[in-house]
Amino acid sequence: MKRVQFEHSTIPYLFIAPQIIIIAIFFLWPAAQAVHQSFLLEDAFGLSSQFVWFKNYFDTIGDASWRQAAWFTTVFSVLVTFLSLGIALLLAVKANEVIRGARTYRTTLMWAYAIAPPVAGLMGNLMFHPLIGDLYKFLNAIGWDFNHKLDSFDAGFVVVLIAVWKQVSVNFIFFLSGLQGISKAVNEAAMMDCKSPTRRFWTITFPLLAPTTFFLMVINITYAFFETFGIIDTTTGGAPGGSTNTLVYKVFQDGFRGADLGGSSAQSVVLMLIVLALTVIQFRFIERKVHY
Amino acid sequence: MSNINWRIILNHTILLIGVIFMSLPVWVAFSTSTHSAETILREGLQFWPGTNFIGTYREVLFEQGGVMKSVLGITMLKNSMILGIGFAIGKVIVSMLAAYAIVYFRFRLATPLFWIIFLTLLLPLEVRIIPSYEVVAGLGLLDTNFGLIVPLIASATGTFYFRQFFKSIPEELLEAARLDGATPWRFFVDILIPLSKTMIAAILIIMFVVGWNQYLWPLIMTTKEENYTLVIGIKQIYQILSEGGELPQYQKAFALTILATLPPVLVVLFFQNWFVKGLVESEK
Repeated sequence: MKRVQFEHSTIPYLFIAPQIIIIAIFFLWPAAQAVHQSFLLEDAFGLSSQFVWFKNYFDTIGDASWRQAAWFTTVFSVLVTFLSLGIALLLAVKANEVIRGARTYRTTLMWAYAIAPPVAGLMGNLMFHPLIGDLYKFLNAIGWDFNHKLDSFDAGFVVVLIAVWKQVSVNFIFFLSGLQGISKAVNEAAMMDCKSPTRRFWTITFPLLAPTTFFLMVINITYAFFETFGIIDTTTGGAPGGSTNTLVYKVFQDGFRGADLGGSSAQSVVLMLIVLALTVIQFRFIERKVHY
Repeated sequence: MSNINWRIILNHTILLIGVIFMSLPVWVAFSTSTHSAETILREGLQFWPGTNFIGTYREVLFEQGGVMKSVLGITMLKNSMILGIGFAIGKVIVSMLAAYAIVYFRFRLATPLFWIIFLTLLLPLEVRIIPSYEVVAGLGLLDTNFGLIVPLIASATGTFYFRQFFKSIPEELLEAARLDGATPWRFFVDILIPLSKTMIAAILIIMFVVGWNQYLWPLIMTTKEENYTLVIGIKQIYQILSEGGELPQYQKAFALTILATLPPVLVVLFFQNWFVKGLVESEK
């Protein structure tokens, strides 16, 4: 906060009012309803409902398909985060190192940022199409009995590949600007002391990138949790057998397709608690491990 | 010396592989969209543009039944534009005002209100989608631009961008303005907005892309075909393809992905420097 501020009784409330009103109507109210519904059990026709305490929560956590989705979400998030960060870091280091064509590389590597996840999903879906998809044919030609419609590992592979592809450019932009922010003097000093570029990278550059990396991990986990919805919806739709359901996709599936409002709301609240826990861990971690 | 040359070659090779990895799918999508449905079914994906470019895109954009039963591609393009631009402008106005109040004023409810805004970051729309839908439906806002755009503004990302930015503006400015007797509104309009021009531009660009790319919310919010955005069209054409028909119109599906991709990509490329600056600023 600023030391010098306006002192006024009503004006700041007028300025902040639009945001707060929108949040109250379109965020707090629905969120409160989600919490409320998570304690209710509706009958089959949706005519009456009764208060069932934590039954929906126990049902959610006890449900094998929920635990499957939780496991897939974990593996998926870890894979997407590490692969897209790794690829982006490699490309950013190289793009920062080359002299010729640096700007062209930057442009051609970052523009995929603007592509919507479901659009990437549909594109990928067609690349892996059994009739016309070259990737589908290629993988089968090299001896992988590939079928993402039936095999859950193959389906996971498709979803991870598309999700990574879509996320590389964001990470690339941040890593490149992080690298450009490292002062010339530091690099030159490092060059005097250490001949090996690889060692220089891991002992000097990478630690200096730690804040960026950490920030990006948060961004990527959020992405893998929430924004990949569009990718999953336009590729596997959770199939085969719910093996590529993320937790978010399952909330949607159960609530809209399955019309299980209580269960879906309980899942929302559990998800919210997971995100809350992750946030708390992040803040703790930031304070201790990462030095700005 | 030769050692260094090898390193340069290696760098360029890695970068080229990266560029191909990132660009090839879109290039193939474009090339394939310019071939006829028969060619695609017979020969698979295409790596070089064909002769059907004008035919396919005209059909998708301007002909009834080209992609959807009744809505034209050009109408979906218009809807996407409204969503992207409306969302960007609404977001910038609402979040700038809120950030101004938080940073520049001392008032009693400042802390609780700040935390309420922060809370929205924890719970994206995807998680509270069903109750949000019910609220908007209850207010009779389904199939309206207002109901489409305003609930999306509820999340506080923009407010945090502006908050960070305002905090970096020197305090002396406000002191000087106050000595000159500037009212809060004058200070906001005459000093803060001109100072924030680049930041506003950057956030407009980012939010345009975010708005344009919205998927789940417009999907459940719009029930009439005439309100579909291009990204929703993607979902519909995906369903048509997976149901199967006589001759699957793959070229139209690809054309639609290109149309849905082009405007946000052009905006990002055209305003590259602002966009990168705005995005990276948000980290701090």
